[in-house]
Amino acid sequence: MPLYHNDDQAMLKDSVAPFVAEQAPVSHLRQLRDSADATGFSRDLWAQFTEMGLPGMLVPEAHGGLGMGHMEAGIVLEEIGRNLTPSPFLSTGVGAVAALAHAGGTQAGRWLPAIASGEAIVALAIDEGPKHRPDRIATTATRAGNGFRLDGKKSFVLHGHVADMSIVAAKTDGGITLFAVPKDAKGVTADPRRLVDSSLASHVTLDGVEVDADAVIGEVDAGGEILDALLAATRTGAAAEMVGVGQGAMDMTVNYLKERKQFGKLIGEFQGLQHRAAHLYGEMEVARATVMKAQQLLDEGSEGAKLMVSVAKAKAGRAANLAVREGVQMHGGIGMTDEYDIGLYMKRDRALAEYMGDVHYHIDQVARMNGY
Amino acid sequence: MSELDAFRTEVREWLEANCPAEMREPIRDEDDICWGGRNFKFKNDAQKLWLDACVAKGYTVPDWPKPYGGAGLTPEQTKIFKQEMKRIHARSPLDSFGIWMLGPALLKFGTEEQKVHYLNPIARGEIRWCQGYSEPGSGSDLVSLQTFGEDKGDHWVVNGSKIWTSYADKADWIFCLVRTDKANKYQGITFMLFDMESKGVTTKPILLISGNSPFCETFFDDVEVPKTQFIGEINRGWDVAKYLLGHEREMISGGGAGGDMVSIGGAFAKAFGKNAAGELDDPILRAEMAAFDVDVFAYRAMGERFMDMWKTGRAHPASSNMMKYVGTELNKRRHELVMSGGGSEALEWDSEETKGGARARGWLRTKANSIEGGTSEVMLNVIAKRILDLPGA
Repeated sequence: MPLYHNDDQAMLKDSVAPFVAEQAPVSHLRQLRDSADATGFSRDLWAQFTEMGLPGMLVPEAHGGLGMGHMEAGIVLEEIGRNLTPSPFLSTGVGAVAALAHAGGTQAGRWLPAIASGEAIVALAIDEGPKHRPDRIATTATRAGNGFRLDGKKSFVLHGHVADMSIVAAKTDGGITLFAVPKDAKGVTADPRRLVDSSLASHVTLDGVEVDADAVIGEVDAGGEILDALLAATRTGAAAEMVGVGQGAMDMTVNYLKERKQFGKLIGEFQGLQHRAAHLYGEMEVARATVMKAQQLLDEGSEGAKLMVSVAKAKAGRAANLAVREGVQMHGGIGMTDEYDIGLYMKRDRALAEYMGDVHYHIDQVARMNGY
Repeated sequence: MSELDAFRTEVREWLEANCPAEMREPIRDEDDICWGGRNFKFKNDAQKLWLDACVAKGYTVPDWPKPYGGAGLTPEQTKIFKQEMKRIHARSPLDSFGIWMLGPALLKFGTEEQKVHYLNPIARGEIRWCQGYSEPGSGSDLVSLQTFGEDKGDHWVVNGSKIWTSYADKADWIFCLVRTDKANKYQGITFMLFDMESKGVTTKPILLISGNSPFCETFFDDVEVPKTQFIGEINRGWDVAKYLLGHEREMISGGGAGGDMVSIGGAFAKAFGKNAAGELDDPILRAEMAAFDVDVFAYRAMGERFMDMWKTGRAHPASSNMMKYVGTELNKRRHELVMSGGGSEALEWDSEETKGGARARGWLRTKANSIEGGTSEVMLNVIAKRILDLPGA
């Protein structure tokens, strides 16, 4: 498969890009932020997403979805990134779907159709501290009665306070097990925190939460592989969103270089800025190609996907970070103002960069996967 | 089975039957590379057998049309051919500036007669070409070149000098930018072809910081060039040159620029040893190598995307400049890490154990990557102007 969008994918982009730009531009984020919105996203917008079939893009057709791939989901995520659109698409439509579809079984049958129909928001309760360390999950699931009892603390759970279900990764006797914990389960407390990018992420406390045996996603002790599927999809999705954030910031900045005058010249005439902008262009192009490669390998079910996913998260993280930093710097004083959008790009990038493993985490993973 | 799958099988079987075992070993020395030409001495029988087998199939230039010595493969077939070559680690049967540079210029700008006349000997490895572009006073500002060809009716008399002519001392013919109109900067250059054995041509190797001399100074003293030996139009050689520079960057982009596209840390872990946790036993170097590996794997994806887009006309025409810039900077970084990883051993300049200071010399050689074929700074200028459309660039 060539590494560019085919005709169907290009058509998808042509319909999604104007839709997101019109319905949820940066001003939409500002509106939610300035009205201290307590949900973290617009349910009206999610209903529009649903009309276009977006929440169910990755859901298999047998479960009422479109059965598309990560390349297609990435197209949507890039536009979400470019417009800084607050949306549960990444956690619900990508991460949760990847886990449920990989596991199959009761929970897949229960939740995949609900995601595709836009009824269910799903949160991912993986992290337990300020850094992403999925190999050190301390939350426990112990057998109790007919099912399990969950105890532990989760953090950085996006949409955790409004999700209809949370996928909780917990330690069981023989490994990791994933659980579908419904919103109303007794003993679950979600404490939402406003993050730097105005999104809401919860600290979730699981205090003797009792779930039935069929709350297990897949098989008991066999959650490691499902968690890997969830992480690979979410990381690749976050990388695609970062490409959108970085591209949006870069486009804004390059336009600014063509408008702003100092010393009687457009500042874009100065070679000191031209070379930095050109360097950034290269980094963004490489990041885009890398993310597409990871999407392609995931869609092919290739063994090489895991390495490329970490490469993509790290590379997109570096490139988008450069884009937003150069963006603020090249905008000068106005880049420091809340009124101007470039700062919002910097904030969003910081949150996405941290989500599901930062640059350093993934660089380390690349070393490990290469035997050092 | 699709046609392409069938083609893959055919190539695989042909390679299995025709590529000698010695030609599947990594390139170790300069003389492992087959450059062809009048005076080329094959290192061993396998090198000659491999060349002859490829020449017979048109596989030295697989994507050139058959009448010019190629195999007439489509872009998809060429990609498969390259994949299959790589799969068995087959060496390139023939490397030359004729294949990389002059060939594409002839294919685009040459007459039918010229194509048949010049391309076939290139494909067969009979004539080795060198490139006469830069001059002592014209580096990045190439169009200011001064080597002059005076019109004498049926021939030109060429005087001047070129610099950085790769392997000029070993080449049979040169393709050369010569000023034929002093009044017209851009439309006053002719793309000439002539024999290096012509009277008045002399070469002098340039000793580089690596201790090697892959480049020469080349002097022209009343060299007579028949007025049939040019490509394109008289005084419009700059069009050919620009096309070739773009092609050169594309070629660098397609393969060479990132250097060896494998994990650097994996290779060094063997030499360094690992700690109890199985990590390279130098945490800061490990981190730098891992960060570099991320960029290498990322660039590999970029290379794939670039070629897929380039061959189907989807790429921005100036994007090869970005590829050249990113790839060459990456290769320089690789060799800095190779030196760090090698420690004091890598500093040895001529010992047998280091294969004559291969690492040190290789490291120094890579410093030219971001100078030759257009400096990194020129690449950034081109990106700023042609891709980002920045003002006054």
